[in-house]
Amino acid sequence: MEFFKRKQNYNFMSKSRYLLLLSLSLMAFSYFLLFTKGLNFGIDFAGGTVIQVQYEQEAPISKMREALNSYPVFEGSSITEFGSPEEVIIRVKTSSGELQRDLGDVVSEALQSTGNFEIRRVDMVGAKVGGELREKGVTSLLLVVIAILIYVSFRFEWRFALASIFALVHDITIVLGGLVLFEIEVNLDTLAALLTILGYSLNDTIIVFDRIREGLVKYKGIVLSHIIDESVSKTLSRTTLTSLTTFFVVLTLLLFGGEIIYSFAFTLLIGVIIGTYSSIFIASPTLIWFRFSVEGYRKMLAEREKREKEKARMRAMYEGGRL
Amino acid sequence: MKFNFRLSILLLATLFGIVFSVPSLLQTENGKRVNLGLDLQGGLHMLLGVKSEEALKSKMKSIATGIGYFTEKNDILVEDLKISEKNEISFIFLDSDDRVQIEEYLKKLDDVKYIQNGDTFTILITPEGSQAIQEQALNQAVETIRNRLDQFGLAEPTVAKQGNDKILVELPGIKSAEEEKRARDLIAKSAQLYMMAIDERHQSKAPLLSEAQAKAYGDLLLPDVNDEEIKYLVRSIPILDGARLKNANVVFNEMQQPVITFSLDSLGSEVFGNFTGKNVGNRLAIVLDGKVFSAPVINERIGGGAGQISGNFQLQEAQDLAIALRSGALLAPVYVLEKRSVGPSLGADSIRSATIALIGGFLLVIIFMAFYYGRAGLVSNVALIVNLFIILAVMSLFGATLTLPGMAGIVLTVGMAVDANVIINERIRGLLYAGKSVSKAISEGYEKATTAILDANITTLIAAVVLYAYGNGPIKGFAITISIGILASMLTAILGTRGIYEAFATSVSKKGVKYFGIKDIK
Repeated sequence: MEFFKRKQNYNFMSKSRYLLLLSLSLMAFSYFLLFTKGLNFGIDFAGGTVIQVQYEQEAPISKMREALNSYPVFEGSSITEFGSPEEVIIRVKTSSGELQRDLGDVVSEALQSTGNFEIRRVDMVGAKVGGELREKGVTSLLLVVIAILIYVSFRFEWRFALASIFALVHDITIVLGGLVLFEIEVNLDTLAALLTILGYSLNDTIIVFDRIREGLVKYKGIVLSHIIDESVSKTLSRTTLTSLTTFFVVLTLLLFGGEIIYSFAFTLLIGVIIGTYSSIFIASPTLIWFRFSVEGYRKMLAEREKREKEKARMRAMYEGGRL
Repeated sequence: MKFNFRLSILLLATLFGIVFSVPSLLQTENGKRVNLGLDLQGGLHMLLGVKSEEALKSKMKSIATGIGYFTEKNDILVEDLKISEKNEISFIFLDSDDRVQIEEYLKKLDDVKYIQNGDTFTILITPEGSQAIQEQALNQAVETIRNRLDQFGLAEPTVAKQGNDKILVELPGIKSAEEEKRARDLIAKSAQLYMMAIDERHQSKAPLLSEAQAKAYGDLLLPDVNDEEIKYLVRSIPILDGARLKNANVVFNEMQQPVITFSLDSLGSEVFGNFTGKNVGNRLAIVLDGKVFSAPVINERIGGGAGQISGNFQLQEAQDLAIALRSGALLAPVYVLEKRSVGPSLGADSIRSATIALIGGFLLVIIFMAFYYGRAGLVSNVALIVNLFIILAVMSLFGATLTLPGMAGIVLTVGMAVDANVIINERIRGLLYAGKSVSKAISEGYEKATTAILDANITTLIAAVVLYAYGNGPIKGFAITISIGILASMLTAILGTRGIYEAFATSVSKKGVKYFGIKDIK
């Protein structure tokens, strides 16, 4: 089975201008969402308490609300259905440092009269820990970006590194925008999903770059956009295939993985789509943006080769005892 | 079939994968296996902080109590022994002949220095001492909580220091909210036991006094354990503290109520004997965690160093209290920074849904590969399956913990592991289109694909390593599975599948391009 016509070179670059424009406006819209509405931070980063309660019958949400309202600690807390009508999540903004009587105990006492239930999960993160986790989260994202920048510069060239970082920023921004738009809670596992997307999208981009690197040596032409078209076309079926399999897997995770893993799977799903799009249509054209020069790169390669040869010659002479 | 080096590596890896994942798959008792994380098997995870100011206070209290023992024993007359607001001990000595002896004693104390001003000694904590005490309080809290939980009777509790000011407590296998509450209560008990003298001169005024007035007498105002309204006025420097406790047990008194009996060590017994001998007719308060449990009148000198704590205990309450007393007091109380508790039924639900997703995703990928690449797809599928076994085997060998994000990581790795195979197969197809022979296409395809696979996977690995370094428990699990998955996929895809092609080289060549799911070249 084959998805794409094998000999065809698709002309991606001719449309890159419009797609870049689309991407930039998507990014701008995402920033707008991020700064106006903002991310919906869960307790991992904002601190607070989450209590998951399962009733034997349908959860009496309004009755629960009434019962909780008589306790001042639950001011501003929310009760929402979680996966099934029997199951609810109570989100409380505060946390309690007290060991012997935590909010789970208070909830179980307050809901006494509302029916038979089981408290299945109590997650509490103190404000201080939340702050630390947030700091660590941002640091880890930055560290990943820097480490990748160094690695790609080393393996390719600095403009490749810049282009891949641009694609990363593009992906992360739009995914974050998507999280705001769909009101997905941002917790530690969402962060893990974001970092995975970083790795995944980069993986895709590098495979294309690898072809371009190869094309720079192999093809005689000096028009970068042709080389890019050729390389992206050559890797197109691979990109599509891998994205499809990953997409399938993430989709099953989203559909069958259960409510707890939902925000993780959802983040990945947007990420896979955006990551695939960016490695085909965005990462390579930005190389042109950054004024990558084919001739310059070949010159650099030639020089590197010359140096290697020189070194080899010197070594040979040294070993031959002539130096 | 031709045996070759690459194939033998694949076979070894397969053997390794199957052998070492058996204990995990069958959940046998023996052998190293993957442990289920708290989010999958249910349990309690807590990050505790230590109130270290309280440690400084209780340290000073114990130093003051020690000075009390020392002067009592050596017949040194001191007056006005007290601890100020600023946590400084001061006392006045009455006989200057004793000065040398006192100074010698004070010099031997750790973490504090003393200042002498006329007849007054002031003892304060040095900055280094303060740090040492806080550190000690943390270590002691870890030790004490561990002791308590060990006696609580749950399987494999984890109590560990995290950073330099936090304690990680993990209790797998907690079965109900009640059990969890009991465990938390046990951890929270400071179990600070003191025997304190009632200030008989002022006790009659106790109901009317404020805390500050009590302080002015050098006293503390403490409530009764059963009735907060009843107040006792006790001397602020204890006669004895829980450190002198040798053992504590639950017995039943004549009314068949559980009470706790305790025995003191030799120094404790001596001090206790001396004190009771000198204070016949006065009352002695037994104070636990700031509450007076009983205040019996001393009828005669009590030797032997045994005592009893009675309150209206439930049996279990008394048993937990005895555990807490035996394993020692917490120098400083702890508080919760982070808590995650998952009921066992929720854990089971998570396992079920994650397993469905894992199997479903895996089947989808395998069917898709076979469909798209034909025979070559089947070869890739062998690599994928071996890959899963290797992940499981390596995790078992490390005794790694499988968390819900970890399971998601495995699901995701399946999606990504297929990538290396796709890259290779696409390269080979490309070379076949270009008119190369099958064997040439295979060897060149692998060569070209390898750099791409390496570069792409190393960058993902970088992300995983950072995740591991910065993530918390469950996220670390995710990073581990992803990393192992990537490494395993490189092994099975780059080496393994090539080994298979080489072994079946003649039949692959005979089948030609069809082997790679292409109908014909034209």
